Amino acid sequence: MRRLCLNCAYGFLALGVAACLMAALAASCSAQNITVPTSAVAGEPASIAITGSGKATLYILGPGISTKQEVNLGEDLKLRGDALKNAGDYHIVACSDSCHSATFYVSAGKPASLTFLVHPSRVPVSQQDAVSGVAFPFDQFHNLVFTPQTINFQLSAGNASLLNRSVNTQAGVAWFRTSSGKSAGALQVVASLNDFNARRVVQQVASDPCNLRITGQRNAQGILVQTEPVHDCSGNPVPDGTIVSFTATAASGKSTVDAPIKKGVARAEMEATGSAVISGASGVVMGNEVRVGGRP
Amino acid sequence: MKFILPIILAIATVVLIGVAFVASGTVVGKTVGIEAGSAMYGLTPKASTPDQALTNLLVDVKRRNWDQAYGEISNPQVATKQQFIQAWTGSYGSLRTFSALEGFELRPMHITNDAAQMRVRLHWTTPIGPLEDVRDFHLAKVGDIWKTVWSKTDVPNVPSQVIPVTYLRWDLVSAAGDDEWGAKNIDAPHVRIISMNPLDFAEGAVVLGEVVNEDTIPAFVNVTATLVDGSGKEIDEETSFDKIDHILLPKQVTPYRIDFPKVNLKNVKNVRMNVKATLVPASADPVIGVMNQKVDPDYQGKSVLRGDLLNESGQTVNIPHVIASLYDNNGKVIWVADGYVEHSLLPQTAAPFEIEIPKNMVPKVSNFHVVVNQYSMGRN
Repeated sequence: MRRLCLNCAYGFLALGVAACLMAALAASCSAQNITVPTSAVAGEPASIAITGSGKATLYILGPGISTKQEVNLGEDLKLRGDALKNAGDYHIVACSDSCHSATFYVSAGKPASLTFLVHPSRVPVSQQDAVSGVAFPFDQFHNLVFTPQTINFQLSAGNASLLNRSVNTQAGVAWFRTSSGKSAGALQVVASLNDFNARRVVQQVASDPCNLRITGQRNAQGILVQTEPVHDCSGNPVPDGTIVSFTATAASGKSTVDAPIKKGVARAEMEATGSAVISGASGVVMGNEVRVGGRP
Repeated sequence: MKFILPIILAIATVVLIGVAFVASGTVVGKTVGIEAGSAMYGLTPKASTPDQALTNLLVDVKRRNWDQAYGEISNPQVATKQQFIQAWTGSYGSLRTFSALEGFELRPMHITNDAAQMRVRLHWTTPIGPLEDVRDFHLAKVGDIWKTVWSKTDVPNVPSQVIPVTYLRWDLVSAAGDDEWGAKNIDAPHVRIISMNPLDFAEGAVVLGEVVNEDTIPAFVNVTATLVDGSGKEIDEETSFDKIDHILLPKQVTPYRIDFPKVNLKNVKNVRMNVKATLVPASADPVIGVMNQKVDPDYQGKSVLRGDLLNESGQTVNIPHVIASLYDNNGKVIWVADGYVEHSLLPQTAAPFEIEIPKNMVPKVSNFHVVVNQYSMGRN
């Protein structure tokens, strides 16, 4: 806590010193006219004109940059592109006998990459508004491009196109939201801007089992109980590994087996000598009950 | 004058050694509720009484003095020395193989001139904490000494065979290459607490219930509960620790129990629940069935949920751990009990288990759901 306060104090002190420096520079210098670019673009050269004669000290303060250099007044000052890589406000202070300052804005360049976030990475089929994506265009210097851009979102499953929508960015962001499809499998999601594509995959998975049905028959070991092929309500096979809980209730007690679905079917051996009532469930979904008679 | 204190200390030392020598390994006429053991190595008192004979045996087992212990049974023909040792030390990486006998208490059940039955409460130290085991021993008088009659233990013996298994597991692949933002996200599994019930219990407050994995991938699950008082201040925070089946396969349900020792539920205004799920590689095997479950009284009259674990797979389960949700007649989870099985579970074999149910819960229990957590060497 004490260390934190000490850090805060140092921060405020540094800010204070910087503010005082700016104020002192502005106050102690006589005025020159500084002409700054009206539309500078990140990474591109720009020029600044400062009226007057003789030499002056020029300070440039911008996002992630602060420089000091001697310049000749009355000449155009060329700013190199690599001095303006970061978009944002730049402050120019020129001091000789007197100081003068000006501010200009450097905007992001042309889009050079597209960052694309898609949520979720897995989604059950037939869910309303379950899939969303957000795209951000950036220029080559990773500045967010605020000028409106048209981004095309395409969703496809297999060979079928599920969505093709063009969206203009607002404040540098474009997004979509849509429902998941009806078939399990990979959902390809592509965002494209000019020649730039970002591809993501959402796994559409089967929903909860539907009409879970079990059968049971007595064998030498006990009772072999198994499900019919397990599907969700859209007809997609429930993924292998999904647990089906079998419960056999007999006079000797209750027996349970949590069996994973393998090749579409869950199967288990239950021990019961007398007649037994067997039920199945998967998660919160209940299946049917079957009655298996005792061993003759 | 200056020699008086050393002389007194020397005499006291000799007296104490003498007392220890006389009393070593004996039970001094008492037989009930004695924490037994011997302070003197290499000196075993004569087994002139059943309690002394059994004490000698257990002291030698405790010290892992197997030659002597094996010599103290009356019927070595029923088990080889190796089988006798294995009965005490366990096998196949079971919990017993990591355990040590710490102490025991003897209680005579029935004694005649030449036969006796003793009940022993064995105290074991194990990696998961102290465990108690109650066993009955028969003793017989052979000549002028008593010896323990060893009961043949049926060690499961699985014949050599090939068990075909449709292998099913989930592996986790982490994307390599560029660090593009948003390109590596895989959502954590979706798990949900389907019931939560705070209770006041003898040793403090308890929060229990059940969690389901609603996703299509396995999840490593941990449940945390925070108790909050009336002013919004946190009283305590605990996790489910081992009272949960941590790895949940898709659509699997596990009970959980979180203990808050020395916390009175009257002081709790709110309970904040947090379930954390992490994506982990997992296997769908082994499948362990829980057969013939029923609530019965045990040796000591306590109610236990007992049954048999049946390993339906082709791999040995070293340490089975049984966790049970107990429901009332409204389907509400009223208690979560658990217990470790000391013996390993060989492929295609069954092993019994017992879980104690608290006395005050017994009349309310209407139904139960048992899950089996398992630790297998090289797999966990």
